[in-house]
Amino acid sequence: MSALDVDSLIDDPDIHVIVCCGSGGVGKTTTAAAIAVRAAERGRKTVVLTIDPARRLAQALGLRELGNTPKEVEVEGFEPAGQLAAMMLDMRRTFDDMVLAHAGQARAQEVLANPFYKTISSSFSGTQEYMAMEKLGQLAGEGRWDLIVVDTPPSRSALDFLDAPQRMSSALDGRMIRLLSGPARTGGWGVRKVVGAGIMLFAKAVSTIVGGQLLADASAFVQAFDSMFGGFKQRARKTYELLRSGGTAFLVVATPESDALREASYFVERLASEEMPLSGLVINRTHPVLTKLPAARAIAAADNLERTGDAPLATAVLRLHADRVAVHDRERRLLARFTKAHPSVSVVSVPAMPSDVHDLVGLRSIGERLTGS
Amino acid sequence: MATTAASWTEQVSRARLHVVTGKGGTGKTTVAAALALALATGGRRVLLIEVEGRQGIAQLFDTQPLPYAEKRIASAPGGGEVRALHVDVEAALLEYFAMFYNLGFAGRTLRRMGAIEFATTLAPGLRDVLLTGKVKETVGRTDSRGRHEYDAIVLDAPPTGRIVRFLDVTKAMADLAKVGPIKGQSDGVVRLLHSQDTAVHLVTLLEEMPVRETIEAVAELSAADLRPGAVIVNRVRPPRLPARSVTPAAGGRVDASRVRAGLTSAGLDLAPEDIEGLVGETVEHAIRVVAEQSAREQLTEIDLPAVELPDIAEGIDTAALYELAEILVDQGVR
Repeated sequence: MSALDVDSLIDDPDIHVIVCCGSGGVGKTTTAAAIAVRAAERGRKTVVLTIDPARRLAQALGLRELGNTPKEVEVEGFEPAGQLAAMMLDMRRTFDDMVLAHAGQARAQEVLANPFYKTISSSFSGTQEYMAMEKLGQLAGEGRWDLIVVDTPPSRSALDFLDAPQRMSSALDGRMIRLLSGPARTGGWGVRKVVGAGIMLFAKAVSTIVGGQLLADASAFVQAFDSMFGGFKQRARKTYELLRSGGTAFLVVATPESDALREASYFVERLASEEMPLSGLVINRTHPVLTKLPAARAIAAADNLERTGDAPLATAVLRLHADRVAVHDRERRLLARFTKAHPSVSVVSVPAMPSDVHDLVGLRSIGERLTGS
Repeated sequence: MATTAASWTEQVSRARLHVVTGKGGTGKTTVAAALALALATGGRRVLLIEVEGRQGIAQLFDTQPLPYAEKRIASAPGGGEVRALHVDVEAALLEYFAMFYNLGFAGRTLRRMGAIEFATTLAPGLRDVLLTGKVKETVGRTDSRGRHEYDAIVLDAPPTGRIVRFLDVTKAMADLAKVGPIKGQSDGVVRLLHSQDTAVHLVTLLEEMPVRETIEAVAELSAADLRPGAVIVNRVRPPRLPARSVTPAAGGRVDASRVRAGLTSAGLDLAPEDIEGLVGETVEHAIRVVAEQSAREQLTEIDLPAVELPDIAEGIDTAALYELAEILVDQGVR
């Protein structure tokens, strides 16, 4: 296992996209923002696309300003050699923009006003991932930035970022909707033979549950959407190819917990199978020990001191140290399990910050921990 | 151990359905499993259900991925039993269709076509209605003698960000047809979820964001006329430091020479950099303790019963689950 050199990654002029993946809750947004800050301070013209930043961090970086486009980060004391722009993904607006861009004006308005569109543009599983990809594609296409750092949606599964867009594409494909909303309409008896009685019954059952109105809306949506769908799928494919290109680097982010590392593991394997460029693993919130005193000795000494009760502070310090060693040991075991399974993946551990990071100073601190400076 | 309000109350113990939610990462699945074991203690039969397709229960009990069936997964002290159910939404929809439309035979074909997945994504509410419908069925199920098959059901539910939407069956039904068997069933679900038979417990850590989400979720639940149960504070670590040392230490002020003197008297003669390291760890620890105290204070805003579970340094395995269950029982969980 080698150490991940984040500065080399940031300084590499041939790297234009860094994607931070991993399951939700591991600090992806903070990692992405910290990398972007550092990149800007090291001279790159950077933009960071965040998905679901915590309130205070969003405020600090000016991410809550209305608009679905990047804004330059203006913070007292921040004068980067390069540049830093930042934005928070507005899923719905991105979808609206896509519809407007790909359909004629009349068709677009039809789609935007459709109740079914309103549902899928906000609560369809996969929309957020799809729109993050789309926004990335847009930002890359604009050519205004030298480096795009991408945060990914906080899904439980790290793989959703890659899979959800495809799921959504398939769902909106139209075939299913057409089938469910009017198998008779699509060909009558002829279709019945091909499609099978079971499917017909299923369609009838679903339409009973789901209700006529929803299906009608869905059907109308699909008809209007069809004209732009080709463009829709094509764009997704193009962005996917961008992710596989030499200018992109993937970072898998995790914490030293079984679930997070398991998801990271799946992701690493998936990237390998897709031949997507993995730069390494970032493990956030680790707890290295700051002194070599073994836990057993510390506990024995603490027990000793407790008998006389003369040194409460020293006793406490010994016990909290022993606790920390236990935590560190657990974290080391979990990491060892990962590296044994993926020996060629470079790793960097980012020790836990004493408190939540919610401003530029904190992000700079993370950047220093990321690069061991 | 619990320092806030009353512990597990009489009211909470009367619930038959225990919904466990919490911010992602707080240990919801672990707590749900420990709760199931605790409730089963003393000879009861409890069903532990998961609905997000994660196979978290199987991972926790270190077994093969669970099928869509109620399977015995652990025995509890006193002759009790915990069964587990991994609900597969697609299978639940097929089951539903088989019951009401006689559609058993086409299931496999439909699955292959992606038709089932499609139907559940077409109407987002349909998933939730099916899942809560299945839960209700297990809560109400009686044997031939009219006795409940399960003494309690523990649901490893979606996280706090989604829990009210998940439990708000009425809203989910808005997408769907207003007639038919699913409507009838969902009326029963609404009645169950809003009754005294259901309690929604919130798992939290002593950290700012989980606590904030917990407080928000309690408000949301109450506003939706759903019944918050208890707050379960997870992964509590012992404060270690004497109370008066905490604030100065958090400010970086630790009396290194006093520490060294104490260590020496215990026969530990450490190098200066090691003492420095210990001081560093103490400062970080104290900062965390201060944050935990602040989190505890915030939690008192919510006037709910609270129980606490310790952090288990070696990580969670099956033995640890039994340990946690015992700790819950000690705090009155039944």
